[in-house]
Amino acid sequence: MSAGLLFASVGVILFALGVAGVLLLGHLLRRILAFNVMGSGAFLVLVGLAQRNGIADPVPQAMVLTGIVVAVAATALALALVRRLYVLTGKIELPQDDEG
Amino acid sequence: MMVWLILLPLLWASFAFLLGPGRGTWLAMAGLFAQLWLAFALASEIVAGGAVIHAIGGWGAPLGIDLVADGLSAAMLLLTQCIALPLAVYAHAYFKRDDPAVTYFWPLVGFLLAGLNALFLSADLFNIYVTLELLGLAAVGLVAAGGGAQQIAAALRYLFATLVGSGAYLLGVALIYGAYGTVSIHTLTPLITAEAPDLVWIAGGLMMVGLMLKTALFPFHFWLPPAHGGAPAPVSALLSAVVVKASFYLILRLWIGPFSSLTDAAGLVVWLPALLGALAIFWGSYQAIRAERLKMLIAYSTVAQLGYLFLIFPLLASAGALQAGIMQAFAHGLAKAAMFMAAGTLIKATGQDLVAGLAGVAERMPVTLFAFGLAGITLMGLPPSSGFLAKWQLIELALSQQYWVIAFVVLVGGLLAAVYVFRVLRQAFLLAPANSVVTPVPRTLEWTAFVLAAASVLLGLRGVELMQLVGVT
Repeated sequence: MSAGLLFASVGVILFALGVAGVLLLGHLLRRILAFNVMGSGAFLVLVGLAQRNGIADPVPQAMVLTGIVVAVAATALALALVRRLYVLTGKIELPQDDEG
Repeated sequence: MMVWLILLPLLWASFAFLLGPGRGTWLAMAGLFAQLWLAFALASEIVAGGAVIHAIGGWGAPLGIDLVADGLSAAMLLLTQCIALPLAVYAHAYFKRDDPAVTYFWPLVGFLLAGLNALFLSADLFNIYVTLELLGLAAVGLVAAGGGAQQIAAALRYLFATLVGSGAYLLGVALIYGAYGTVSIHTLTPLITAEAPDLVWIAGGLMMVGLMLKTALFPFHFWLPPAHGGAPAPVSALLSAVVVKASFYLILRLWIGPFSSLTDAAGLVVWLPALLGALAIFWGSYQAIRAERLKMLIAYSTVAQLGYLFLIFPLLASAGALQAGIMQAFAHGLAKAAMFMAAGTLIKATGQDLVAGLAGVAERMPVTLFAFGLAGITLMGLPPSSGFLAKWQLIELALSQQYWVIAFVVLVGGLLAAVYVFRVLRQAFLLAPANSVVTPVPRTLEWTAFVLAAASVLLGLRGVELMQLVGVT
């Protein structure tokens, strides 16, 4: 197995773990962390698959940089919302039913 | 011209932010007016001379980023700006000066529109990912703007849904890049053939599922009703009318573009979106018929109306299906914006948000209720509305290919829409209880909703021009 494929496979596994975390975990901080694991998985696939004969391709690296900026912004927004929710309800979990 | 459609909202949003909380209304209006003009100019340029390409900063693909506008993108741009301007006028009258929801309303709307316009003009898969995230984060900010615990919870639910959606999309893009070494839609279209490796099929599937999650297609609709039903009325209108259409537009663009060889070879899989769409129509309408709160009713109606958009996928091989889909996007966009705006006015005037509390508003607020009714006509698909045009074309196409079941779903969906629209109208025409109070509301609120509702009906008479525009490649 080449290094690139190894990176990509690990990336896919991380992505799957992350998605499962975002969907299944209750604690919101853990969900935010899981989202970051998921994002890192996708970035790893992007960078890992794109190297040809051991030479890195610069284009996906630029893409991943952009992706990291987006992920940081999303994490910041999520943390701000969670903090606000904690101030209002005293819990770091989503209410079971907000259809009300 | 295309660049300004992205830069203008970015500019006025940034200035509105610098001016401080709640300010920048007039800047936004001027910007939106210019954007509307730009969108019309772009559309007429495309009708006259075909698709337009612009290399940003003089650096074309593959090194730089290309902006491409064809008929489909121009139509979506037009829809977005046509809804945004009346909506801004409405929002200005809707929010009180010290309302917490207005604090960052204008900057967020500006960033949202910049993301939307950039998305419609993007020509490569990765750029689309970035615009999707821009759009998603701004939309989450708007949902949370009210600041209540319920709104924050709805915003978080929406945020996680949209992040998982774009994550799946990004993983798909990564796999595509790994297979072909490019993300340009134009370059990929001839490269991806029916003999593509399994990896590409998986990538396509991931991207489609991610985008369906963001479009709130049944069974991924769980996040939509609390987010759209709980946000302030102008935000609900913007989200329901245009934001969910953005990811639908992408599904459509990928389906008929780079993935067209895959979808041709996919066999029965092309029926999956249509099946989910049909289920969305039934489930959304059922929930709308049962909903107690007015805005939840309208939000579930969005779930149902989005279903129609997905009925076109098995029919896409024949000419006209694309036009039917875009016509439905216009019909629903204009009508749903009008409906949420009318609902916001009704809730403001009666001071409560239950459908049961609407008794007597027909007498006191005829314009708003008429707007609601006109929007309802479009959703039901009665002539001469644009909704009728879209559904008529859908039924005609379905029957010409012997797909009776699609025609049946469209007809039943129209009847179900009539049930929930008339549920509201019936309540409104009841006599008001003696102790009910209706606070007077600014006229602007009533008439802006009316203008959009009337546009959704009258578009039915001018549908040919729109369909011509959509056909240009």
